[in-house]
Amino acid sequence: MADVWRHAWLLARKDLLVEFRSRTAILSAVVFTILVLLVFNFGRDPTAVAAVDLAPSILWVTFTFAAMLALNRAFQLELENQALDGLLLAPVSRSSIYLGKLVANLVFVAVVEGVGLPLFALFFNVPVVPVLGPLLVVIALATIGFVAVGTLFSAMTGRTRFAELLLPVLLLPFMLPPLIWAVLATAALLAGRPLSESAGWLRLLAAFDIVFVTLAFFLFPATVNE
Amino acid sequence: MRLLKTGRWITILGLALLAGVYVRALAFTPVERLQGAAQKIFYLHVPAAVWTETGMVLVGLASVFYLFLKDPRLDRFAAASAEVGLIFGTIVLTTGPIWGKPIWGTWWTWDARLTLTLLLFLMYVGYLLLRGAVTDPGLRARYSAVLGISGMCLVPFVHLSVYMFRTLHPQPIILKPSAPSLPAEMLITFLLSFVVFTVLYVGFVTQRYALSLLREQAEPYA
Repeated sequence: MADVWRHAWLLARKDLLVEFRSRTAILSAVVFTILVLLVFNFGRDPTAVAAVDLAPSILWVTFTFAAMLALNRAFQLELENQALDGLLLAPVSRSSIYLGKLVANLVFVAVVEGVGLPLFALFFNVPVVPVLGPLLVVIALATIGFVAVGTLFSAMTGRTRFAELLLPVLLLPFMLPPLIWAVLATAALLAGRPLSESAGWLRLLAAFDIVFVTLAFFLFPATVNE
Repeated sequence: MRLLKTGRWITILGLALLAGVYVRALAFTPVERLQGAAQKIFYLHVPAAVWTETGMVLVGLASVFYLFLKDPRLDRFAAASAEVGLIFGTIVLTTGPIWGKPIWGTWWTWDARLTLTLLLFLMYVGYLLLRGAVTDPGLRARYSAVLGISGMCLVPFVHLSVYMFRTLHPQPIILKPSAPSLPAEMLITFLLSFVVFTVLYVGFVTQRYALSLLREQAEPYA
């Protein structure tokens, strides 16, 4: 098991190194996030709906789109020059390839969310600072859940036709339950309610994370073995 | 081909029985006092809903066994079950609003149960789209197995969260801890209808299974 983690970390480091040297994908994802926030600003009537009422949906729709972009990229990277074959030939277990991709995707999405959250607070004048700790817990739990499923699915869709279109179609039904719970928990937090009130949603999110990370860990080999 | 014919006969039998069930439901089952005639759709809606959900679980189970045994029959069954599940899901999503309009006053509401059914429907669509997007049969079987298992694991989560929301949808009246709270005639009609839908599911799945077998024989390398 120690080897699995070591290999996973090496793979994640490789992915992140490639990413932060070129910075194309991460910059595009960040700019995309800003643009989605901008679209939301013009897509609502500020006199009719208070920003704080819309805030949870704005935050989560933005994060959903940003995560989708990040996930499409993960295995596309390996298709060039048949890098995936090289990866599969390396003496590392299939599951550690999954963990490596998962960690790299999580870091990528976390960076995008890290830029998105302050901008969201700024643009929509939402007081996130008083609830920052609990809010980060909600964001982390939901992000782990859908990135875990998304990493598994992107390994499959990457090698099909219409990869960019197929991934959202497959992934969104799986993202919706954690998304619903996260939106409800975020709404409760932003309305000044204590974290204990959303404990049920947080528990569901945690259960979703545990089940789907484990499941993807065991199912991933089936998507790459020849 | 024999299997195809068998499937066709089972389906014809199911459809004939369905007509019979509706004669019984319309003529020989009491009319519900508050909902009136609209309640009759219950005998179509609920069995279809049960088989939509069961269909997804069967896709998942067949997928689990496929990954261990690599038996193409399991993959063919999963594909057939998904197609039939999609049809039953369509029945649920069509009959639901027809009932909802006179009773609730709206075709659709974002109720937990309605959302669950829509999610299941979209999962079936995604599953079949993925099957369509992969050409290599071995790869297609493994990919769809992975998706099928994930789908099966998602069902309990969605089901669980249904009970955490306040809901407009009628609560379960048959499968619940206490005794079923509907008149015996209605219960019998419902159970008959459920049997008929089971026959229909078996008939449809047998036909789809036979068709994909024929297709594989016609174009062995496609």
